[in-house]
Amino acid sequence: MTDSKRVIIVGGGHNGLVCATYLAKGGKEVIVLEAANEMGGAAVTREFSPGFKVSACAHLLNLLDPTIETELALKSHGLRLAKTNLKTIALAEDGNHLQIDGNRVSGGGVSDSDTTALVKYRRRMDRFAKLLGRLYSRKPPRIGVSNPSDLFGAAKLALDMRLLGREDMREFLRIAGINIYDILEEYFDSPLLKGALSFDGVLGTHLGPRSNNSVFTTLHRMSGRIGGKQGALAYPAGGMGAVTAALAAAAASKGVTLRTASPVARILVDGDRVTGVELEGGEQISADTVVSNADPRTTFFKLIGARNLDAGFVRKIQHIRMRGNAAKLHLALKTLPTFTGVEPDQLGERLVIAPDSAYVERAFDHAKYGEYSSSPALEITIPSIHDASLAPDGQHVLSAIVQYAPYELKGGWEAGREAFTNVVLDQLSRYAPDIRQQITHTELLTPADIEREFRITGGHWHHGELALDQALMMRPVPGAAQYATPLSGLFLCGAGCHPGGGVMGHAGRNAATAVLSGGSR
Amino acid sequence: MKNLTKEHFHTHLYPSPFHSRTEPLNKLNQWGRWKGYLSADAYTDISMEYFASRNTCGVFDLTPMTKHLITGPDALPFLNRLMTREVSKIKPGRVGYCVWCNDDGRVIDDGTLFHLREGVYRLCSQEPQIDWLLTSAIGFDVDIVEDTHDVAALAVQGPTSCAILRKMGLNGLEMLKPFGIEHYPFEGTELMVSRTGYTGDLGYELWIDPSHAEALWDRLFAAGQDYGIAPMGGEALDLVRVEAGFLLAGVDFLPAHEAIRPDRTRSPFEVGLGWLVHLDKPHFTGRRALLEEKRRGSRYNFVKLDIDGNKTAEHSFILDKRENYVGTVTSAMWSPSAKANIALASLEAPHGKVGDEFLAEVYYQRELKWHRVLAPCRVIDGIFFEPARRKMTPAPNF
Ligand SMILES: Cc1cc2nc3c(=O)[nH]c(=O)nc-3n(C[C@H](O)[C@H](O)[C@H](O)COP(=O)(O)OP(=O)(O)OC[C@H]3O[C@@H](n4cnc5c(N)ncnc54)[C@H](O)[C@@H]3O)c2cc1C
Repeated sequence: MTDSKRVIIVGGGHNGLVCATYLAKGGKEVIVLEAANEMGGAAVTREFSPGFKVSACAHLLNLLDPTIETELALKSHGLRLAKTNLKTIALAEDGNHLQIDGNRVSGGGVSDSDTTALVKYRRRMDRFAKLLGRLYSRKPPRIGVSNPSDLFGAAKLALDMRLLGREDMREFLRIAGINIYDILEEYFDSPLLKGALSFDGVLGTHLGPRSNNSVFTTLHRMSGRIGGKQGALAYPAGGMGAVTAALAAAAASKGVTLRTASPVARILVDGDRVTGVELEGGEQISADTVVSNADPRTTFFKLIGARNLDAGFVRKIQHIRMRGNAAKLHLALKTLPTFTGVEPDQLGERLVIAPDSAYVERAFDHAKYGEYSSSPALEITIPSIHDASLAPDGQHVLSAIVQYAPYELKGGWEAGREAFTNVVLDQLSRYAPDIRQQITHTELLTPADIEREFRITGGHWHHGELALDQALMMRPVPGAAQYATPLSGLFLCGAGCHPGGGVMGHAGRNAATAVLSGGSR
Repeated sequence: MKNLTKEHFHTHLYPSPFHSRTEPLNKLNQWGRWKGYLSADAYTDISMEYFASRNTCGVFDLTPMTKHLITGPDALPFLNRLMTREVSKIKPGRVGYCVWCNDDGRVIDDGTLFHLREGVYRLCSQEPQIDWLLTSAIGFDVDIVEDTHDVAALAVQGPTSCAILRKMGLNGLEMLKPFGIEHYPFEGTELMVSRTGYTGDLGYELWIDPSHAEALWDRLFAAGQDYGIAPMGGEALDLVRVEAGFLLAGVDFLPAHEAIRPDRTRSPFEVGLGWLVHLDKPHFTGRRALLEEKRRGSRYNFVKLDIDGNKTAEHSFILDKRENYVGTVTSAMWSPSAKANIALASLEAPHGKVGDEFLAEVYYQRELKWHRVLAPCRVIDGIFFEPARRKMTPAPNF
């Protein structure tokens, strides 16, 4: 009945597509079943107002694995970057902005010592981020086992760290688990600079700059090499959906069957192994191998069911922290907005409202108690400046990540949405006073919306908080951290696995390797 | 936990609802602690109590035994995922001995599962299990409460137990089969009787609302006056349970949740409870690990030993013929009923087949002088002492 050559991938997010293509290259007959009407998951471009398109969740490309880009020939499948090396403009209410371009900083009354400190900071952080990045393209080693590949993985990890040299290794061990706020205090004076850099550490997380792990998340964010530059940011032409469109094209070219509007109701289990899937419409498709791109809680609770799993494992899945805290704001604008003090040629860069790190921390304080930030922090982009396809002639779209917006808002999002939208627009208006007049349509996606639309539990950016206790051989939980799971034939390939979220593809590629090598837990 | 007041923590050890009756009978004033309760270790003389339970009737206050009430639409699937055995075979009105494991297939605890009414279960366990039960309940529509304090319980064990209870008015009790449950009206409340026990003999356990505990005790002892009824403490019970070959958590195996060193724990196969593992039923916690163990072989065998001589082999090392270590005794006693020097032991696989012969390294002292003997012993099949009355229905009327 079952078919050992066939692999079903549940979910056509970018990781599912990457996994599918590698499996097809490895000789498998692959079917991708995506619930939504298009492939891409949280990396899609979609119309939110007639004529206005925007990257619905992820909007900046920084982590996409260059190896995958080459191996899957994504350029020849249409991937193009509309703009690389985006600068960060740390907005000041008085218009005296600060501009960060790699390790160079200018404006905002920044001191000479901050200028030199940034060079030092980037040198070190880039080294550490590179080290982290090296762990990303292989499965994490299991601990407490004597399997040669696991021992090798652990040894390699230790060696990579040793190669940092004594001083940097010590520094790495000192800071890896702590918070970015303290580190920035050690380097810098400028509140604007510290604000913008601290925000990098908390984007997409349930962390404030003073939360432990925010150095780790900063390094995660810097671990990519888009356009060949460590920690750089880019706009894909056509929005994030263009990245997944290229991935889908690559998959199709390798013979992968791509099916949209095919939500999987459950993964079929026979005793100890999976035998296929059943779609919500009742259709069953058999396969010896099922790879889930859905988040771990969806996979194990909704698709597999607790009763097919051991209780201790279920408890671990239950305990994964995965309550999203980032909202997404989309504005359709009649014209290009003006931000006080921002030069027209700066408008297309990444604009950040995080005037100092205490501001970000205070914004986070609210989220701890289930409230939205009364003064939220924002990452703002106007992608239509680089990509005319996104809006009608002369008009524009603004895409912003807004923090913090806790998944479980006190009183619920139905009641809170409008008030929070106003809070966000008020905040935006402080920096772009005329923006309200230019808005023709507003969309605010809360984590609850993201959960609903993109089927990500908690609407969490990373399919589960990115933190040391949920990283590497702990991600998503021990027993499922090498892409294989307790059920034979079932694998994971989404952001909930090592190395985590962001449009990067590593999880998909590593999962394919695990499937092709037979996959042991 | 309706019988605990808010101030209960001021009471260092909680008296059982039978305390007003057990206290004057405890001539030795020998009390122990059992899960927060004051519990009699011995009343008069351990041998006398032992012989009462084997020759007439011993009564043991079981109240401190941890009890959980499990209800809700998913009670059965929940229990089936928890237990290694097929729980659907335990019909309403029946009791089943069960063991449950962690993900690694190591025994967390053993206990008795009472199917009180269709879909309503009571689980009695040696160790408190509420945390593990609630963990296991994730994904199931089931209600679980620990109701240890809401149920008073007595074990009435021994040859005359049935006669006494019938005299007390439990008509027809002799027809109750082993592991069966019956309900009787009792002074305005309900008395539940199960033909269960920890003695491996004819015996019953009585379950009642704590407000009726004293009345139950009085009626029971009045009825038993001419039948040799006697209270029995924990130490005598520990003797009869070894004769019956029953395991004691923390003594014969280390409950998995108490282990710091994971290799000290045991699978059901390794404690002689393989017969309770139904690998062909739907998934249960530990199943994958146990399948793997089946494939690779177990590390230990749990055996019953018949040891030469009369020196009790408590904690003895078990050696092979060349005096190499092969295992350790977990429980041992001189069994008056079996007239044998008996022990339960955990042996390293592959040792432990029925008929295998070993040496028990026994240390004993006479007037502070220590002696060592290497007592020949052999692995036996079956139970050390199993009187026919244990399984007879109708129960004999001694
Ligand atoms: C608001 C927000 C902003 C972000 N911004 C950025 C950014 O700027 N840059 C960046 O790099 N990253 C960003 N991210 C993170 C990034 O979008 C995600 O980490 C990444 O897209 C996850 O990819 P994935 O393939 O692992 O999972 P997903 O993209 O979530 O894909 C999983 C897929 O599985 C499907 N699925 C789930 N259940 C079923 C089912 N039962 N049947 C069929 N299909 C199913 C879903 O529909 C989905 O398509 C952002 C995330 C959010 C939420």
